[in-house]
Amino acid sequence: MTRYVMVADLNRCVGCQTCTAACKHTNATPPGVQWRKVLDVEWGEYPDVQRLFMPVGCQHCADPPCMHVCPSTATGQREDGIVTIDYDLCIGCSYCTVACPYQARYKVDRPEFAYGDEPTETEAKRFDPRTIGVAQKCTFCSDRVDAGLEQGLKPGVDPEATPGCVNSCIADALSFGDIEDENSNVSELLAENTWFQMHAELGTEPGFYYLWDKEPPATQGDMHNADD
Amino acid sequence: MNAFGNLLQTQWDWRAAGNFMFGGCGGALVFMAALMFFPWRDGIPLLTIGLPALALVGLGLLLVWLEIGRPWRFLHVFLHPQTSWMTREASVAVLLFPATLAAFVLATPALFVAAALLGLVFLYCQGRILRASKGIPAWREPAVVPLIIVTGLAEGAALLLVLLIFWPASLSWTLTPLLSILAVLLALRLVAWRHYLRQLAANQAPPAALKILQGIDGVQVVLGNALPLLLLVTALAVPALRDPLALLAAVLATAAGWALKFVLIARAAKVQGYALGKLQRGRPAIKPPVRREKDRFVFSRD
Repeated sequence: MTRYVMVADLNRCVGCQTCTAACKHTNATPPGVQWRKVLDVEWGEYPDVQRLFMPVGCQHCADPPCMHVCPSTATGQREDGIVTIDYDLCIGCSYCTVACPYQARYKVDRPEFAYGDEPTETEAKRFDPRTIGVAQKCTFCSDRVDAGLEQGLKPGVDPEATPGCVNSCIADALSFGDIEDENSNVSELLAENTWFQMHAELGTEPGFYYLWDKEPPATQGDMHNADD
Repeated sequence: MNAFGNLLQTQWDWRAAGNFMFGGCGGALVFMAALMFFPWRDGIPLLTIGLPALALVGLGLLLVWLEIGRPWRFLHVFLHPQTSWMTREASVAVLLFPATLAAFVLATPALFVAAALLGLVFLYCQGRILRASKGIPAWREPAVVPLIIVTGLAEGAALLLVLLIFWPASLSWTLTPLLSILAVLLALRLVAWRHYLRQLAANQAPPAALKILQGIDGVQVVLGNALPLLLLVTALAVPALRDPLALLAAVLATAAGWALKFVLIARAAKVQGYALGKLQRGRPAIKPPVRREKDRFVFSRD
């Protein structure tokens, strides 16, 4: 069996947002929609202030609450664990959005482009009217994964079969691969490092692992995203 | 639970809140009417009780329909009864309309029982819709289910009281027992509300959400429950003042229930936020994806 997951090394991430830009370029998401974004997290008080950068997005949970609540069966899950949205079935009720503990889902009600009413060349090519008025989120670039697999390539190893955000990372902080393969890149990273899953206590079993070597602060009440 | 970035969700606004306010009240009104008029020897007036109840349920569903992004695909809402409480709520609503109409017109005991149960289940579905919303700590708190149910029942009883005061017909004998039942429901609502607030605080809900909900606590307790309770007791003790006091109590009880739901859905719905997790070492124990095979009726996407 195969389950694709992503590993983000917070010790490496420099917060350059190249993954965010690569995702927007690859998927032509409208303004305000970031399937992959990087939080600029600060905590502590001067002079003892700490900071890290945290890539977030759909966690492609093994037990996704978004799929369970979806009344139309638009949200599904592939054999390889990638959580999908069928734009032709979705009614845009946003129940999945409030069920997702990772704020990974978006809905736009009218076509919007980066520079006014006219789409850029990329936006024109990638614009999909089916995404208007329905839920949308990170797909783990499943189209790239599938196209690569058809060519006999290995997702997470061969760039043509790997999500755009991972390919673009300048710090090699993002990795993608099959966690059910003990010898995969992601399995080795997790075996050799300390890691955590976000909101693991909710039982969603997210497919997004964070490599990190420091215990979280006793209270995270003063943590904040500098962009909020 | 520690988290940051607990912003207000903006996907479900006043229209979604309207479904919980009006729909829940309508479903409960059907249930309370069937309960109060047992054993239904004289039937229940359709025009003054049945139709207002269904109109409230219909108004709630209309508001939700106005909020969804693809309104003309509304029939897709029925495709996932296996796990979706929204599908279940919609399905119950579809049955509630004909069952209520048939019960009130034909005055058959079996139909009254069916309509009452459907009204109650509709209310229960609304509680479970919130409970399943894992992204909103104020909704996923288990204590929200009894709160939604008892709030809805109190609203239904209060509205029935108002309708009976204005259109007494031959059914005014139900007024006195209804006053007592509403008083009990208000006491239960107070308990459910306070229990919900305590559980929310104990489970480390986002401070901003807690602050908003605690901010309406005084109004809820005094104007929404204690004062109407006092008015109802007085109305029972002083028959000459029964109707005006009961009317005021009912209006306060209904308004407080609707206000509570509006605040819960549209104001206190702070998202889960982000957090660092507990560090672990070694290859994780892998839980396979639940995948869709668990569902019995599945649409192929191949």
